[in-house]
Amino acid sequence: MSPAVLNPALDPLGAVLAIPAVGAVVLALLPGYWLSARLNVLISFATLVAALSLLIERPAPGTFLFVDDLNVVFVVLTTFVAFTTSAFSASYIGHELEIGRLAPRYLRFYHAMYQTLMFAMNLGLLANNIGLMWVAVELATLTTVLMVGIYRTHEAIEAAWKYFILGSVGIALALFGTILVYMAARPVLGEGQDAMVWTTLIKRSNGFSAELLNVAFVFLMLGYGTKVGLAPLHAWLPDAHAEGPTPISAVLSGLLLNVALYALLRFKMLLAGNSAAVAPGSLMVTMGLVSLIFAGFMLYRRRDIKRMFAYSSIEHMGLITFAFGMGGPLANFAGLLHMSMHSLTKSAIFFAVGHIAQAKGTQRMAAIRGLTESHPLLGWGLVLGVVAIAGLPPLGIFMSEFLIVSSTFARAPLLAILLMAGLLIAFGALLLRLTEVAFGEPTGSTAPVKASYVPLFAHLGLVLAAGVYLPGPLVVWFQTVARLLG
Amino acid sequence: MTGVGFDIAHMLAGGLVLLSLMLLYQDRMFALLNVFALHAVVLSLSVAWQAQVQHAPHLYITALIALVLKALVIPVALRRIVVRLGIHRTIETVVGIGPTMLAGMGLVALSMVVMLKATAQADPLAREDLAFALSVVLLGLLMMVTRRNAVSQVVGFMSLENGMILAAAGAKGMPLVVEISIAFSVLIAFIVIGVFLFRIRERFDSVDVGALDAFRGERL
Repeated sequence: MSPAVLNPALDPLGAVLAIPAVGAVVLALLPGYWLSARLNVLISFATLVAALSLLIERPAPGTFLFVDDLNVVFVVLTTFVAFTTSAFSASYIGHELEIGRLAPRYLRFYHAMYQTLMFAMNLGLLANNIGLMWVAVELATLTTVLMVGIYRTHEAIEAAWKYFILGSVGIALALFGTILVYMAARPVLGEGQDAMVWTTLIKRSNGFSAELLNVAFVFLMLGYGTKVGLAPLHAWLPDAHAEGPTPISAVLSGLLLNVALYALLRFKMLLAGNSAAVAPGSLMVTMGLVSLIFAGFMLYRRRDIKRMFAYSSIEHMGLITFAFGMGGPLANFAGLLHMSMHSLTKSAIFFAVGHIAQAKGTQRMAAIRGLTESHPLLGWGLVLGVVAIAGLPPLGIFMSEFLIVSSTFARAPLLAILLMAGLLIAFGALLLRLTEVAFGEPTGSTAPVKASYVPLFAHLGLVLAAGVYLPGPLVVWFQTVARLLG
Repeated sequence: MTGVGFDIAHMLAGGLVLLSLMLLYQDRMFALLNVFALHAVVLSLSVAWQAQVQHAPHLYITALIALVLKALVIPVALRRIVVRLGIHRTIETVVGIGPTMLAGMGLVALSMVVMLKATAQADPLAREDLAFALSVVLLGLLMMVTRRNAVSQVVGFMSLENGMILAAAGAKGMPLVVEISIAFSVLIAFIVIGVFLFRIRERFDSVDVGALDAFRGERL
């Protein structure tokens, strides 16, 4: 055990993990919805504070945990969205309890699982050991499976089962890749811990057997790629998003997909450090582009509003994977920016969609009309979110998409044409559905709904602010990380 | 590595591949579970032998977990589930046995070619172990896609996972092997519990609705 784990009170690194872990236990023991929902927000906020302190003071890397410029971006983003989602979740779950869709006894379980998931994701991001990272991703998968199935309906259980089986196969393949990486590292770094530690692996990867690394990356790409939701391994994603509670859809899209992507990026860096290994980028570019175009077409045929935004997540994860696959300082910078913007925007959209589905009592888009009239704040929130996710200026996603497209045009014009086509197809589908849902004669219930608007508009505000003006220090920081990614 | 030690490790790992191929064509539920139990026993022997030749006592724990959980507890539990679900007569196979076996042999050949080529510098025992392990993994995947029945899919997944444990045990001195095998056991326990609780008969598309109605009633 590294000292970081032993002294959580003193060490921000340990605190980021210890707070949700302890929180999960407390929430599991605590009865009563009112208190545990608020405590959930408080715990998430404390984790966010601990994560922010990592920006100021960074502990030295240990054998199990470490912080560097790359993972601190992910940790801060994860803890921030986890905090806002917990605030959204408090009002969302309150409504679900009122209408009796969720039994009170499941709530204790729900809150405990929420914090367990946060613990697992933070552990996966901060792990300095490829085996530990794998275990963390598995834990995150298991907790989300349990939460997706929480409504106990036919569809929810089916979705959870599908997610479970595909997710298990994915992480099993990722483990095989992890073992192969260890085999490749062992002749250079010797037996035992050192050959599984990121900080030593990255430094010495040039001496590893290139053939083994190549085979390993194929398995890692398929394995963690399943968790990222890349086509053709995406089948679990729309069901899991549509049938689970909406806060979980927000966390899945906004955070868990990023964690899997982070794992891929780390392994990509490992291969990039080995001059004899294949360039891992081409595989990522292909899978990313396929996901983008496939999801773009699939968007047209969606009838369920949450399912539609789940496909939009496949599209954007494809785009981000494409950007990181292209590599180079500009594309990596754009990929990082797009990832952050997508997390914020998509979770904001799910906040809006969650309350909309509650107000209308359905997720079917055909039954939702004229939202801007019946529920102006929610309706305009959704409009703003969809405009952002479709990539219209002046919001943040426009800027990151513009950077991705322009950097691709400079280096591979043919790919850029395919990329543009995919983006336009998705753009059309999103705006088409948006006009139907948001404008026109309102249908269904027009009763006001008790909603929490603060997380929704806070996210959208940040996305707008990033689109208008990116602060200098943030740009410098992202540029450093982009160079690190190679 | 002495000649005999190598031969025994080789034989056990090869036996695992053979049993994986046997799993592919079992068309009776109980026979499938019996072959799987044997698969787990051979895995456990193989891991124990690795513990012996590598002087790595912690691998005995992994071997013990494999023996108790996967050769005894899970087959017995699945047997009861099969009886409870009333699917103990036959298993439907999506693709016929002939093409499945041919595909299986193709996969074994593929993994030999890929792994033996990729691990040219590694020591011979690890090379062969990895090649066999990849065969077991791919055969497990093949089994998962050719079966429709949830229980035989679970058996496919567990045989895939046995391949992982074989690979992890063969990677000399790999840390966290015990932890990873425990993590996998938790996963499998969840799967089995899921099948049992929700009476899942077929993958993805059909769940016993009668059982679900009870859940719905509970919420009202």
